[in-house]
Formats: sequence, C-alpha cells, structure tokens
Amino acid sequence: MKTLRFLLEKEFKQMARHSFLPKLIVLFPTLMMCLLPWAANLEVKEIHLGVIDRDHSPLSNRLTHALEASGYFRLVAFPESFPRALEGVTSGATDVLLDIPPRFGEALERGEGTRVFIAPNSVNGTKGELAAVYLSAILKEFSVALRAASSPVSPAPAVEVATLHRFNARLAYKPFMVPALMVMLMMLLCGFLPALNIVGEKESGTIEQINVTPVGKFTFIAGKLIPYWLVGFAVLTYSFLLAWLFYDIVPVGRFGTIYLFALLFVFGIAGFGLIVSNHSATMQQAMFVMFFFIMIFVLMSGFFSPIKSMPGWARAIAAFNPLNYFVEVVRGVYLKGSGVGDMTRPLLALSSFAVIMNAWAVWSYRKSR
Amino acid sequence: MNVITTELLTKRFGTFTAVDRVTFEVRRGEIFGFLGANGAGKTTAMRILCGLSKPTSGKAIVAGHDVATHPDHVKRHIGYMSQKFSLYEDLKVWENIRLYAGIYGMRPAEIKAKSAILLRQLEFEDGRDKLVRSLPLGWKQKLAFSVAVFHEPRIVFLDEPTGGVDPVTRRQFWELIYQVADRGITVFVTTHYMDEAEYCDRVSIMVDGRVEVLDSPEQLKKRFRATSMEEVFRHLARGTTRS
Amino acid sequence: MNEKTTSGASLFGAFTHKEIRHILRDRRTLLILLGIPVIQIVLFGFAITTEVRDVRVGILDPTPDVATRHITDRLLANDYFTFAGLFSSPAAVERSLRRGEIEMALVFAPSSPGRITRDGTVPVQLIADASDPNTAALFTGYATNIITAAAGELAGTPEESPARLLPEMRLLYNPAMRAAYNFVPGVMGLVLMLICAMMTSISIVREKESGTLELLLVSPVRPFVIIAAKIVPYLILSGINIATILLLSVYVLDVPVVGSLFWLVLVSLLFVLVSLSIGIFVSSIVRSQVAAMLISGMVLMMPVVLLSGLLFPVENMPILLRWTSHLIPAKWYIAAMKKIMIEGAPVLYILREILVLVGMGILLLLVSWKKFNDRIA
Repeated sequence: MKTLRFLLEKEFKQMARHSFLPKLIVLFPTLMMCLLPWAANLEVKEIHLGVIDRDHSPLSNRLTHALEASGYFRLVAFPESFPRALEGVTSGATDVLLDIPPRFGEALERGEGTRVFIAPNSVNGTKGELAAVYLSAILKEFSVALRAASSPVSPAPAVEVATLHRFNARLAYKPFMVPALMVMLMMLLCGFLPALNIVGEKESGTIEQINVTPVGKFTFIAGKLIPYWLVGFAVLTYSFLLAWLFYDIVPVGRFGTIYLFALLFVFGIAGFGLIVSNHSATMQQAMFVMFFFIMIFVLMSGFFSPIKSMPGWARAIAAFNPLNYFVEVVRGVYLKGSGVGDMTRPLLALSSFAVIMNAWAVWSYRKSR
Repeated sequence: MNVITTELLTKRFGTFTAVDRVTFEVRRGEIFGFLGANGAGKTTAMRILCGLSKPTSGKAIVAGHDVATHPDHVKRHIGYMSQKFSLYEDLKVWENIRLYAGIYGMRPAEIKAKSAILLRQLEFEDGRDKLVRSLPLGWKQKLAFSVAVFHEPRIVFLDEPTGGVDPVTRRQFWELIYQVADRGITVFVTTHYMDEAEYCDRVSIMVDGRVEVLDSPEQLKKRFRATSMEEVFRHLARGTTRS
Repeated sequence: MNEKTTSGASLFGAFTHKEIRHILRDRRTLLILLGIPVIQIVLFGFAITTEVRDVRVGILDPTPDVATRHITDRLLANDYFTFAGLFSSPAAVERSLRRGEIEMALVFAPSSPGRITRDGTVPVQLIADASDPNTAALFTGYATNIITAAAGELAGTPEESPARLLPEMRLLYNPAMRAAYNFVPGVMGLVLMLICAMMTSISIVREKESGTLELLLVSPVRPFVIIAAKIVPYLILSGINIATILLLSVYVLDVPVVGSLFWLVLVSLLFVLVSLSIGIFVSSIVRSQVAAMLISGMVLMMPVVLLSGLLFPVENMPILLRWTSHLIPAKWYIAAMKKIMIEGAPVLYILREILVLVGMGILLLLVSWKKFNDRIA
C-alpha cells in the first residue's frame, strides 16, 4: 500500500502536465452544461397548429377559438388547401394540422355526424402524439358542449379530471435533462480517460518497466482508478454548481445520495475503461471499443427515450446497463428527492457493476504472458 | 555462488521455438554478456528471467527464486532496462527516480538523500528538474540505467542499453556498468556491439534459440582462433537457420 | 517526367497497401467500425421510441362504487396502462411514486355511493410522476381522454348523440410513427464522420507520435502522397458502411430510397472528403493521440450528435445554437440526404447543401495544408 502513494503521485503529475487533459476536464463540462440543455430539448412548449378551415361557419370559428383558448396551441397558419398546409409541415413551421371539412357547421347544426382530420407531423414523435392527444380532448369537449346546448335534457360532463403533475409541475424539460447530462459527463470522462491510460503506457513502453517491479496487480489498478475517481467527483461537483448557476436547478433530495451512487458508478465505469485498456493493443483500438460500448450505453440508457417504451429484448439488454441505473438515481434525487431507501435496486445493480468491473480489471491486468 | 541458474529453459510461441532448452549459470558480481543475432531469442530469454514472460518448460532460478512460480519475489531483487526507453517522458528526472525508488519500498527521505548523491556522481545536478522528454538520448539511457540500479538489486538486466548512442556516451555508459559491478551487482547485458562483448567477464552466444558457447572473451577467441569477438560471432552466426 | 509519375503512382500503391494492412491487422477495430452502423440502425429502428406503454397505475379509491369501478376498468383495459396496486392513503401513493413503483395514480375523492349520477360530477384526480415531462404529458392526456369517455358512458348517453364530431387521425410522413426517416440520414452522417474524421486524425497523429511520420516526410515521397494513401482505406471503409446502412434501411426498416442513388452516392462522397479534411485538420493541430481522440471523439462528435437533428429537433433550439448548427458539415449532409432519400427531391433542391459542403471542404483542406507545410518548413 505504501507504493500506491508513489503511483498516485505519478498519475496526478502526468495528468496535470498533460497538454490537453486539464483543459478538457474543465472545458468539456462547461461547454456541455452550457449548450446541451438547450440542444437536447424536447420540451413541448407550444404546439404550432395549422387550421384548414374549408367551412368558414360560426361553428368552425368557435372551434378554432376553443383551440386557441386551450393554451396548448398557437395558431400559426390558415392555409386554404391541404398541399399548401403540407408545405408548412415540411418546413417545420407547423406541428399539426386540423382539417375542417366544408359544411362542417351545417352538419353539426342539423345534428348529423361529421369528421375532422388531425394530421400531426410525426417526425418529432412526442410532439405529434401530444398534439393529437390534446386536439382530441378539445374536440371531445367541444362536441359534448354542443350536445349539452342542443339537448338540455342530457346531463353535462359527468366527470372532472384534475391532473397533478408531481415532481415537475411545469413539465419543464431541463430539470429532466440536466441531471442526466451530469451522468453523461462523468461517463465520458471517467470511461474514456482510463481506457486510454494503460494502453498508452503499453504504446510508450513504460508499462514494461512497471511490470518488472514487484508492484501488485491490485495496487497498480488502484493507482490507475483513484485519480479518475477524484476527477469524476470534481466534475460532478462542478456540474452541480453549473446546474445551479445556469438553470437554477438544485436537487430536491440530498447531494450525499448522489455522491454515494457516483462513487459506485465511477468505480465501475473507470474499471470498465481499464478492462478495455488491458485488452487493447493500441490506443486506437481502445478508443473504438470504448466508443462502441458507450454508444450502446447512451442509446439504451433512458437518456432521452424511456426504457419502458423499448421492446422486451432491448429492455433485457438495458437491465445490464449501468448508465441506466445511474441516470435513474440522479434524476430521482434531483426531481423526486428520492433517498437511498427508495433506490435499492439501482444500489444493488451499481454495487455489483463496480465489484465485477474492478475484479475483472485486476484480473485482466497481466504482468507477464 | 550463482545468481541465475537455468535448466532446459524453453519458450514456444505456437510452433515457433524462440528459446530452445537453454541451460546456463551466471555468477554473482560478474558482467555477463548475452549475445546473439537479431531474432536469436535473447530478448525473449531475458524477459523470462525478469518474470515478464512465462517459460513453456524448463526452469529458471533468479536471485534464489523460481521465475515461473514466484515472479514477484524475483522482481524485488532485480533491475531492468528495456530496449525501448521506458522512463516516463512527462515526468521530471527526480520524479522518475522517486517513483521507481518508491515502488521498491524506499522511504522518501532515503530517496531524497540517495538521488542527490546519484545526480552528483552523474554530474547532472542541474538536470534534476528537467522533463525527461527534453533530455538527449545519451542522458536518458544513463538515467534509465541509474534508475534500474537505484534500489540496489542483486542483478540488473540491460537489454541493448547502448543502442543508437555515440561511442563516447557508450564508453561513459560502460564506466557506469563497471561501477555497479564493483558494488557487487551482477550485470546481465545483451548487446550486438561486439566490442562491448570484450568488456564482459563472460559471454554467451545464442544461435537459433540455443546457447552455442559460453566462456570468457579470451577463451572464446582462443577456441575459435580469432583476434576479436566479432570474428567469433561471425563464425558462429554462419550456422544460423533464422535470418 | 514520365518516369517520375510512374514512380509516384507505384509509391502511392505501396503506401496504400501499407495502410490497408494496418487496418486489416487490427481485427477488433475493423469489426467495430463495420458493426457500429448495424447496431445504430437496429437500436434507432427498433429500440428507441417515445411510445407510451405499460404505464404502471395505482388506484386510490376509498369508497368504490359502480361509477369509480367503471372508470377504473376502462382505464386499465387500455393497452397503455397496467394495474400496479390498490392504495389506501395519499401518503402511500406519494411513496410509491417516489420509489418509481407506479407512474400514475388514479385518485377518487371519498364520496357517497351514487353521487356521480345524482349531481353529475365526480372529482377524479390523476397524480403523475412528471419527472419525464413529455411521457407524463402523454399518458395523462390519454388517461384524461379515456376517463372522460368512460364518464360519458356512465352519464347515460351511450347511444348515438345528436352532435357528433369524429376526429380522424392522418399521420404525416411515417405512419408507423417510427422516426426512421429522421435517423437513417443521421446515422449515415455520424458513421462517416466517425470513420473519416476520427480514424484519419488518430492514424496520422499516431505516426507523428511514434516518429514514423517524420521518417516518411524526409523521404523523397511527397507529403501529398503520404496523406492521400492514408485516406484511401477509409474511403473504402466508408463505402462499405454507406452500403450497409442503405441495405439495412431498405430491407430491414422499409425506408426506400426515393431519389437518385447516383446523387446520394456523390453527395456522400463529398461529405466523406469534408470529414477527411476535418481529420487531417485535427491531426495538424494536435501532437498526441490522446488529444486527437478526445478532440474528435468529444469535441467533434458531440455537436454532430446534438446539432445535426439526429436526436433532437434543431428547430426547437435557441437561435444561437441554430446558427452554430450551420457550421456543422454533418448538418448539411443530413439535410441533403433527407431530401434525396425521403423526399426524392431533384439535385437542384440540394444545391445549397452541396455548395456549403464544397466550401467547407476547400477551406479545411487549405488551412490544414498550410499548417502541415508550416510544420515541415
């Protein structure tokens, strides 16, 4: 253990003296935290609605006003024809179209059924779907109100649904994205840097010199791991600060809870990086192997699309994704104020991840072959 | 007293036998030259002796321990300088010394005192705070050697230590080797400079994975009726089957 | 003169051969480079959706009656929702929401049985875990619609009502609600960028680091030949990857190439050249492999992923970011690909994209060429 001190000293000196690393460790989180919440934004603030009114009757006007008054939509266009309306959708100016057919008002007044068409732009799936949901809700209300007016005998709407959005009342996207972003940052820095480290020593030949010394495998891996663990904590703390400064986002729960889980996560992901490094012959190889896995980790992490929506096979894979658990944890603490007791499953998953990865990292580091 | 004993030491990579039933002894305190053409198997044999590579069969005892079963015991008592320069280029001179001395369990105060003496001996006190990257090759090699013996190992292994440096520096390097040998450290050195072979106490020559001859340079020259080690070597190398 | 050109050509051949051997030797990297597009297409195509399903619902119904049971049954009968437990107190609901055991709770106020039909309203509350705002908005929207409909049935008007409005859905662009049209061009841009920019920069810097580049540069070979030879294998790899992506997209995702294949390939080639110049540019400004990797991996890849519209719609972003996105070559390439592949637009419609890419390529090459020569001089 005495030797560990010397190894750590060396790692820190090398890191500090590197022409690029210290800059990266400071600049990358700053850049990501400044830009990403704006870029990775799927917030549905106002849905741009285009209404094709082929009727121009008092009733179609009333419907249009009802839509505008709902607060969900902004009326951006009144195109005359469907092809013209489509142009608006193609350019991205309109999110959803409502097509009111001719003789719409007449049909309703005569008590006949009539159809309206809803055409959401489904390229942005969530927005299109939300638009459709809101539109059909308003249409239903409109229809019920009409019915009530025409036949006073039948009862008014029988139910009033009040929706309480817990943990994120304003349905804002940034409080959802920013915590996940912190996790991304930690994973990128604490995954890639260790992955490049050991293989870098292999390429420069310095590892040979270490291998002829009596340094134990465990000490060696610990010497590589601990610096990244500290980097991870520094980056995390810095992200907490940036989140508060830029977006006024602070956790409902405790920082301590996040640190506890971060301890496990960084140990695990850095250990994973070291495994890749141990098994790689060149830095290029290590980089691409790491890139490959991190890509899968990120895409299957619930970072921007819920894991629950995935098909069974994908969910089965995602169950082994450490990122998935840590994203859940940080979001839980930030938004819901979850404590350790609420998150026993992630705790268990991340602990096993950390243990397995590091045992493997120690095992895969061979001093001789 | 032998510090290295090998018995039918063999290393195979697939069907290729890099080291073929090698048996020899190295005595304590001697400068042992380990010669051979490129690809004759000297680096592989040396890596086995250092515990960097596991023998396929046979046995090697280095500093009293079996390299195959107790490589970490062996490593505690040896120093090693690889063919490829292997100090940390992005660390300063004193930082490299401190790192390796620390790894071998020396205490910081001890390291400090001893590295001051070392740098004085090398007349390199003003180089203490220089990044190793900025040093000329000759200095790098002298430094790598000094680091390899800093913890007073019983044996130091040098893999072509003077490759690529000028004759003057080579000369200086051999002075260092002699000083170390005088301290009782056994020096095990591979080289392909035949003039350097003359400086060794005993020399072995490897051909195609086997140790062909092992004796003092004088005896070898006498045996092959040669005037220089160069001639001895050329005589033996003629029989090689590997390029 | 003639002699010189033939020797140049044979040298080029020799160098290319060397580069190809380098890549073939590293099987693992090769496998990954060929595998990345496949994995991405599969994940984007089949795993990543924002579709709502299996929302776990808890029920808090202190005084169950016919009406509340009807509403509950209607809600749970829907595919979107699954039953996750009966609760007896608001505190228990809150706890389960926090622990993530349920995502939504349907809460009825305690009331005397039969209240609904008597005075006409029953207060129903949906408590949703809105930490994922969009999903929450969607499933509460669905739930509200279902509950309203169920209440309508209760109100005793299940028969044809006089004034009926039938909303009919017509999805624009991709009826399957899969964003394949959006991500296939995106994956192409990402993969080409990865191979061309990242691989090239790393492999050039690697030679710089090991000193072999110096060795090559002092040889009589012109630097241009060395760099060009380095590029060839990546060109081949890019070609293979484009083919893989297109085949997967047509045969697995059923996203046909509507427009001209010729222009698609040509524009892709143009983008490959731009990416290669980025790679050369990066390699001209950094010294170490680590720096090359981190710059191309994080500093280059990140904006491509974010601002190219692959994952997040650029239209939603603030003006500053939308402007920044114009600086990203992949954005123009992806836009051009969308127009060719999906809309089948003729080449005139993508003239702007082509011109921007050409401009970027020339600029990057000039800058890195100058940097490169400065270093040699």
